[in-house]
Amino acid sequence: MKKVYADEKWCLGCGLCKVYCRTSHSQTLDIIKAHKLESPRPVERLHIETGDKVNFALQCRHCDDPKCVQACITGAMQKDPETGLVLNETERCVGCWTCVLACPFGAIVRDEGSKKVAAKCDLCAAMGEPECVKHCPNNALKYEDRGESL
Amino acid sequence: MSLQLGWPDYLVERDENRCIQCEVCAKQCANEVHKLDPDTGKMVADEAKCVNCHRCVALCPTRALKIRVNDLEFKPNANWTSNSIKEIYKQAATGSVLLSGMGNPKPFPIYWDKMLINASQVTNPSIDPLREPMETGVMLGRKPAKLEFDKNGKLLTKMPPQIKLSVPLMFSAMSFGSISRNAHEALARAATELGILYNTGEGGLAKEFYQYGQNTIVQVASGRFGVHAEYLNTGAMLEIKIGQGAKPGIGGHLPGEKVGEQVSMARMIPQGSDAISPAPHHDIYSIEDLRQLIYSLKEATNYTKPVSVKIAAVHNAPAIASGIARAGADVIAIDGFRGGTGAAPQRVRDNVGIPIELALAAVDQRLREESIRHEVSLVVAGSIRSSADVVKAIALGADACYIGSSALLAIGCHMCQTCYTGKCNWGIATQRDDLVKRLNPDVATQRLVNLVNAWHHEIDEMLGGMGINAIESLRGNRLMLRGLGLNQKELDVLGIKHAGE
Amino acid sequence: MIKEGQVRIPSGCAISGILNRKGKRFSGDTIIKSIELMHDRSNGLGGGFAGYGIYPEFADLYALHLFYDDMGAKANVDEFIEHHFEIEKAEVIPTKKSKEIPTSPLIWRYFVYPRKKRLDKSGLDEQEYMAQFVFKINDGFKGAYVFSSGKNMGAFKGVGFPEDIGRFFKLDTYNAYLWTSHGRFPTNTPGWWGGAHPFTLLNWSVVHNGEISSYDANRRFVEMFGYKCTLMTDTEVITYLFDLLVRKHGMSLKEAVNVVAAPFWREIELLSDEEKQKFEAIRGVYGSALVNGPFSVILGYEGGMLALNDRIKLRSLVAAEKDEMLYVASEEAAIRIVCENPDRIWAPRGGEPIIGLVEDN
Repeated sequence: MKKVYADEKWCLGCGLCKVYCRTSHSQTLDIIKAHKLESPRPVERLHIETGDKVNFALQCRHCDDPKCVQACITGAMQKDPETGLVLNETERCVGCWTCVLACPFGAIVRDEGSKKVAAKCDLCAAMGEPECVKHCPNNALKYEDRGESL
Repeated sequence: MSLQLGWPDYLVERDENRCIQCEVCAKQCANEVHKLDPDTGKMVADEAKCVNCHRCVALCPTRALKIRVNDLEFKPNANWTSNSIKEIYKQAATGSVLLSGMGNPKPFPIYWDKMLINASQVTNPSIDPLREPMETGVMLGRKPAKLEFDKNGKLLTKMPPQIKLSVPLMFSAMSFGSISRNAHEALARAATELGILYNTGEGGLAKEFYQYGQNTIVQVASGRFGVHAEYLNTGAMLEIKIGQGAKPGIGGHLPGEKVGEQVSMARMIPQGSDAISPAPHHDIYSIEDLRQLIYSLKEATNYTKPVSVKIAAVHNAPAIASGIARAGADVIAIDGFRGGTGAAPQRVRDNVGIPIELALAAVDQRLREESIRHEVSLVVAGSIRSSADVVKAIALGADACYIGSSALLAIGCHMCQTCYTGKCNWGIATQRDDLVKRLNPDVATQRLVNLVNAWHHEIDEMLGGMGINAIESLRGNRLMLRGLGLNQKELDVLGIKHAGE
Repeated sequence: MIKEGQVRIPSGCAISGILNRKGKRFSGDTIIKSIELMHDRSNGLGGGFAGYGIYPEFADLYALHLFYDDMGAKANVDEFIEHHFEIEKAEVIPTKKSKEIPTSPLIWRYFVYPRKKRLDKSGLDEQEYMAQFVFKINDGFKGAYVFSSGKNMGAFKGVGFPEDIGRFFKLDTYNAYLWTSHGRFPTNTPGWWGGAHPFTLLNWSVVHNGEISSYDANRRFVEMFGYKCTLMTDTEVITYLFDLLVRKHGMSLKEAVNVVAAPFWREIELLSDEEKQKFEAIRGVYGSALVNGPFSVILGYEGGMLALNDRIKLRSLVAAEKDEMLYVASEEAAIRIVCENPDRIWAPRGGEPIIGLVEDN
């Protein structure tokens, strides 16, 4: 299954991936409106570890044996058997944040907009190619199948 | 001194309607121009630090930024221009030599733009490069005056060592130190992929690049940085750097800030020390001394590699070139006054040396008059900006062109001319790890390959248009050029006619 | 109006060559017939012939053919010739005026031999001595032009259709074992008598249809070796290239063809290692002698003739054989008019030379 891999050799910690992640999960899909108009502001589903010498962007690994799915009390968090994507069904989510605690990568974030739900990377399921990969200015993000299971 | 007589060169304009406060500009500016003001929640800019490198402009996701030349004006004065006044203020404040990077930006005449190329019609058909072979390969090196065959047609003459290029282009000398390790990797990989060469410059060669040796020109400059037996034998060609177009008469300069661990190892000098190359080679005070060095290098490499001598284009370039050919060099590289550099005193860069177009024409003509043109190949540099410049250079008599600034522009340089600060935001002219990282060699290699391929196709088109299908038929073919708006003296030096003749 | 020599005039044309491989001589009216058929390829501004074996009684002397604008020019040259050569005979070349050729310059020939003392003093061999002499006249003497300087051969040329020039020079009264001919279509007026083909140097004669795109590269190369391209015609530079490669560098005609019409790199890649090295060296050393641009040439010399097309055959050239005769021409019809049923008739490939040799040479 194709996943997003970050190459810490090239990540500059610039934060453009966050900008485009928010935009692709916004109502208007317009970068300026998403950031200046929409209220609540869309939330990015990755975070960037920055350091002196090394940075990298971290998002959901869409694990084979997802801890968040196990932890979910309502069954909202599911792994789609066909695509392999781990997605949160927001109608059923009650915002208990158990998945946030359970994820070993800290890849789930709290979306405290109109309804409190857990938000996570969905590999831009609707867009085709993940927006963070597309817009990384230094080729630090790759969308490929490395045959790994997690 | 606290009174600033000058003012910022540039203004940073931010469209507040577009700015989304993503702070990418702040994170990406090594000069620390941008920052998020925590009180107002808006981005602010300290334009005094801006060098107009466009990193923030290029990365801003909403294109909210624009850098403009500060239009604050002195009273209009055609003699005392804004720059000439501000430069005096700067020197009065610091007592220093003004430094700059890249090539001469002054509005001296550009002869490439005053020469036009021929095309064949009617009496001579043009050739279609998409359907017919179009040969752009060249061989650099000394050639014998004639070839001898035995009575069965077998070749008897032994050829001196030659460099084969797929197109008449090579990447110019840019030292490791003046540019980053990643930039060098991109140049080396692109040269290998394209079938051309790149030049180490005077910074020595890191061991990890020995694998590209077949596509490397190793330079021996006046500081002799990094010169040892293995270094010499790794390259495909050796180059003695006597001078460079950006600063004729003085040696290279690498500020101590740019001498980190890797540079220190490659150059064999202590970390943090300024690397100032002497003006002359202290063992070359005359032409016979040069001959001695050329042959020392040939001995050291067992006469298996051609030796090139690089000079700056100065007033008596033809006589110097003639001497160099007779001293045993296989290739002469001439660098014109527009040549780029990582650091040079601004006054030397802007006022010393002559245009490469004139130097090339004069050297080629002089070597032919002395019947020794075949003894050396001529490579020219000093602002070759497009494939048209390459075609014109070959028509004037060059065998091949070096490209330096064009290569750096291809990988991201924005010609802000502050390379000497070591804070290149594009990861090119810097040694800071966090900045060098910004130049991904995979991306940069591809861009260099794209550039040279594009020029290759354009050269094919122009050759075919002239009715030529082999580039050696263009070399020295001055009748393929016409001048436009040149006076008789300029036409004479270039050896071309005026358009209409 | 500036003439050839001051400006380069490209032209399209017709060429024809006929060789008797046994060295048997035949009259010039054969070649006139051949070139006359190709009348439409010329525009009347130049035509010429070269004949080999035409002066058997003076076979060991150099036959100098000169054009003079006036007698004053002749007087200067006469003195110069006298100084350098023993003159066996000097005369006006017999011509027949016609309405097609209403005017002409003065046309003279001299049968000469280098003065021994002067030749020894110069330190040159006889041929180089003669070549240098020709350059000196053409470059330095106003109103005079040497257009032929070989032994037992001569060029006859001028402004007019070639068949008219041929009749003007009464070529039916000459017999040669090799005749070449040329008709010119220059893209400028007027032609100049000296600008017509063939171009000669010593025993070489070249007639040429085409335009060399590499002209200035070739010229600047050949001028390094002492040649002076005074005419600025493409034909002149081809002649000098062959003279340089064959006479000065000692190559055979075939080897010279390898230089002037060298194979493409992609063809060289497919050769054996030894051959590949040889052709790489040829292209590297003699790159500036590669002739680029459309051409078909016929090079004549005392031993025979060489006909050649450019590498991508941008000009027509047809060859034919019958018994001991070899014919080459720009058109098949120009061969069939003088040889109705050749044994073999074919069009040579681009870059592939046709070499006809006289047997006892």
